[in-house]
Amino acid sequence: MEQKRKERLDRGIKVRTDTIYALMSAREMAYLVVPRLVLICGFLLLPLVMPSMYWQRVISIVCIYCLLAISFDFLAHYVGLVSLGGAFFIGVGGYMAAILNTHFGLSPLFTIPLATILGAAICTFLLLPCLPLRGVYFAIVTLMYPLALARIIEALDIFGGTDGIMGVASFPNRWIEQYFMVAIVLAFLFGMRRLVNEDLGLVFQAVKDNDQAVRASGMNITFFKAIAVFIASAMGCLGGASLVHIYMWAGISQFALDFSILPIAATVIGGAGTLVGPVLGCVILVPVSELLRAFGTLRIVFYSLILVGFIVLRSEGLMVYGQRKYHQFERWVKV
Amino acid sequence: MDILIYGIINSISLALMALGFALVYGISRLPNFAHGALYVVSGFITWTLLKGLGLNYFLSILIAMAVTGLIGGLLYQFVLIRVRGMAISEIIASYAMGLAVLEGLRWGGFKGMTYTLPVFAEGSIILWGVPVDYHRIMVVGIGGAVVLFLWVFTHQTRVGLALRGMAQDERASLMLGIDSDVMAVVAMVFGSVLAALAAILLLPLGNIVVEAGYNVLILAIAVCIVGGLGSWVGSVLAAFLIGFAQILTVVYVGSHFQMVVAILAIIITLVLRPSGLFGKQKELEERV
Repeated sequence: MEQKRKERLDRGIKVRTDTIYALMSAREMAYLVVPRLVLICGFLLLPLVMPSMYWQRVISIVCIYCLLAISFDFLAHYVGLVSLGGAFFIGVGGYMAAILNTHFGLSPLFTIPLATILGAAICTFLLLPCLPLRGVYFAIVTLMYPLALARIIEALDIFGGTDGIMGVASFPNRWIEQYFMVAIVLAFLFGMRRLVNEDLGLVFQAVKDNDQAVRASGMNITFFKAIAVFIASAMGCLGGASLVHIYMWAGISQFALDFSILPIAATVIGGAGTLVGPVLGCVILVPVSELLRAFGTLRIVFYSLILVGFIVLRSEGLMVYGQRKYHQFERWVKV
Repeated sequence: MDILIYGIINSISLALMALGFALVYGISRLPNFAHGALYVVSGFITWTLLKGLGLNYFLSILIAMAVTGLIGGLLYQFVLIRVRGMAISEIIASYAMGLAVLEGLRWGGFKGMTYTLPVFAEGSIILWGVPVDYHRIMVVGIGGAVVLFLWVFTHQTRVGLALRGMAQDERASLMLGIDSDVMAVVAMVFGSVLAALAAILLLPLGNIVVEAGYNVLILAIAVCIVGGLGSWVGSVLAAFLIGFAQILTVVYVGSHFQMVVAILAIIITLVLRPSGLFGKQKELEERV
């Protein structure tokens, strides 16, 4: 029997656009620019094409999940720290913004940046003792953090206890809210892509691949992990602060599992390690989950099952698949 | 005196919750985050058989344990085996399966105070001036018997020895003709049956609620982490440690802090000594 194998080769245009030749013709330029433009324009148009107020609100929520998913993807696939505690970042940032707003009377213009920086600092400080942990151990400990904080708030009855903090100021209007969120997501998406290719990103990658080698080069691994956690938790806290101002309320439900599990599901579906994949995953998953809201907790069942299906059967994710089709062609050759 | 007696009862309950998790992790290095879901599912099956179909209590317990074991085995054979060895994928996949089951039950209207199992024996007895009901005494008795049975099983039977062999060194046991995939399924079935047993013993003391699934998972992880992942002796001792710590906090601080104790125990143990009190130190696998 004649045997064949599938061969994958880079397209000629991909090879040309890797170098300075990209600037030689409109076609090569388009090859590089069109995918990025589709993403940017798509995001900018989203608030305009949404039919109702309700769906415009969903856009903001999608953006918050996008931030979390990018932060998960960055920590897991560029630094090697698998954090299952997205809710921890959201909760800390959210409570921070709510307290700054209601107790100190600062406007969202100040609370959001302050909550981002201070919240990230608190998260990094609290996670600092866990940073030397690896693999499963780090994953378990980060899973416990949001639970611990929620139960402590509940038990001590601080920050409004189970009622939460009411009366947080909202954004001036919904257009500012949505375009702020969209701009933040785009800025962080492209910023992170740039960062992982800078020197710092290379160190992060090295920490992931072989931390002993990094240590042998005289670099302090924990220091670099702390920087990475600071960046990732800043994204999460920014999301949390915006969430609190969107819903005008901060409460224990911001430590809920939704914020930990959905970004992971989005990353697995969208394509791990691509940074843009998680965004795509969120854009697909969050609206679907909103559509299923009428079915109550069935939506959690739904995205858990999607998550299992993808992780078991298609672990590469949509974006990796898409990139492969875009950059390469396949053919069958005789062995 | 009540602290001592209720501490022992609480500790044995914790040990029962954790044994299944410890067994599965010890043998196939699989952190089975669907443990809490299996616990609740078995309670639900027992309730359905008992109240829905009107079967005998003892019979429905046996069927529930068998079905839960089967569910665990199928879960491993069709889902988890494909991600075996990738620790993070194992956690995410098993956790997502557990979440799907628990939230599916919640969606199916399985919530509220209406779902309770009857206790095995009504009434109570005064022990050294402390009233203890018969059911709790039976929990302690059966819990002790289960620990003893597991010890005998893993030290005296062929399957038990094979399981221990796999726990110690998977490659070496492969060379000796032990099929590690089959053994992992066996371990998962055993772990699920133990979760079911724990559920059937402990659920009559309260209501069957979906939240119990999450709490049991946290408590099981706490016990296993403090005792050292993969160490069964450690798990039993850690159950006593956490059990008494919980009772002491409930008495002296407040009942709100019961879960906080377990969660903080996990975090502190992982930070200070990730291999737990009795685990084998594997420095480079755990931390740098």
